[in-house]
Amino acid sequence: MLELILVFIGAAVVNNFVLSYFLGICPFIGVSNRLESAIGMGMATTFVMTLTAAITWPVYTYLVAPYAPFTQYVAFILVIAALVQLVEMFIRKVSPALYRALGIYLPLITTNCAVLGLALLMVLREYNYPQALAFGFGAGVGFSAALLLMAGIRERLALADVPAPFRGAAITLVTAGLLALAFTGFSGMIK
Amino acid sequence: MFKTLLDDFTKGLWRESPTFKQVLGMCPTLAVTSSALGGLSMGLATTFVLVCSSLVVSAVRRVVPSQVRIAVYVVIIAAFVTLADYFLRAKFYEISRQLGPYVPLIVVNCIIFGRAEAFASRNGIVRSVVDALGMGTGFIAALVVLGSLRELLGSGTTFGVRVYGKHGFAPWGTMLLPAGAFVTLGCLVALANVVDARLKRRGEAGRHA
Repeated sequence: MLELILVFIGAAVVNNFVLSYFLGICPFIGVSNRLESAIGMGMATTFVMTLTAAITWPVYTYLVAPYAPFTQYVAFILVIAALVQLVEMFIRKVSPALYRALGIYLPLITTNCAVLGLALLMVLREYNYPQALAFGFGAGVGFSAALLLMAGIRERLALADVPAPFRGAAITLVTAGLLALAFTGFSGMIK
Repeated sequence: MFKTLLDDFTKGLWRESPTFKQVLGMCPTLAVTSSALGGLSMGLATTFVLVCSSLVVSAVRRVVPSQVRIAVYVVIIAAFVTLADYFLRAKFYEISRQLGPYVPLIVVNCIIFGRAEAFASRNGIVRSVVDALGMGTGFIAALVVLGSLRELLGSGTTFGVRVYGKHGFAPWGTMLLPAGAFVTLGCLVALANVVDARLKRRGEAGRHA
């Protein structure tokens, strides 16, 4: 159990996917304008990442690795794309309100490198099934945390007087840098 | 004809630079640029995939129904990424280990998707390849600049060659950390904005004169 908690905390805080592995930077910069959309995006991504870990693990272990290892990347990306599609249909059926709230962000998750990165890292580190699940959930929570922090900062930043050349992407990147610096404080907590 | 091709190529270098203007493909840009060599090899691998997939996407653009085009692009790109990854692992094992999971992550690089969707699926093979070469070159340039800066400040070397002497140089370790990547890229984007504004002003002044 302790081992699972360590995997979870490692993925969520110590080696945060966004701030120390640079995975999922596009939505991190694109969708962090408003707190509201950041919450929706964070929830949807966490959901998809946990499911991705749950499904790519058996697909890799029982199908790809023993029979056709060279199809690994194609298999992963297809599983993720199918999964996102399924999740989209499922949410639309079960909760139309949530579907409307997430709407545009759902299909974008397919090209979120955090999701594919999760599947690749999971294989690289040779996690077993419970560890993979903890890793997927932790990574999703870490992504959401980074996204929420960033959205909170940017809502205040919108009122600040930023020098002209830094407006837009530049100040967002510098802010992300300061956030990453803060997260460096967690390094060494888990070996 | 030649002028169109030249324009297709040069727009990727500055006017529509994938890194500084479109701010696309950030994950590999930030992740592998703790050294200039890492940036260069990542840029080359990405350019290879970009050129090959643009070629194929452009070649099959009339056959693929638009409803399934994204899935087709994904499979094409993933196939070339697998090629690039196996090649790196066989011939340049050290580099492949250094880049780690970021080589397979080229599959979801938004630059490649963006060019497939915005350019290769609408234009002929020759123009698509030239466009991909231009974007790839712009991407390589950005990665090498960012990598060289971080390597120079963070470990005092360029492409692994020591620039400063051992004494009197204190490495700026933060530059090699994720924080350094974000801040350096942010400053470079701001610098590109300043240069661009100045070029535009000069252009306007020239027209008035």
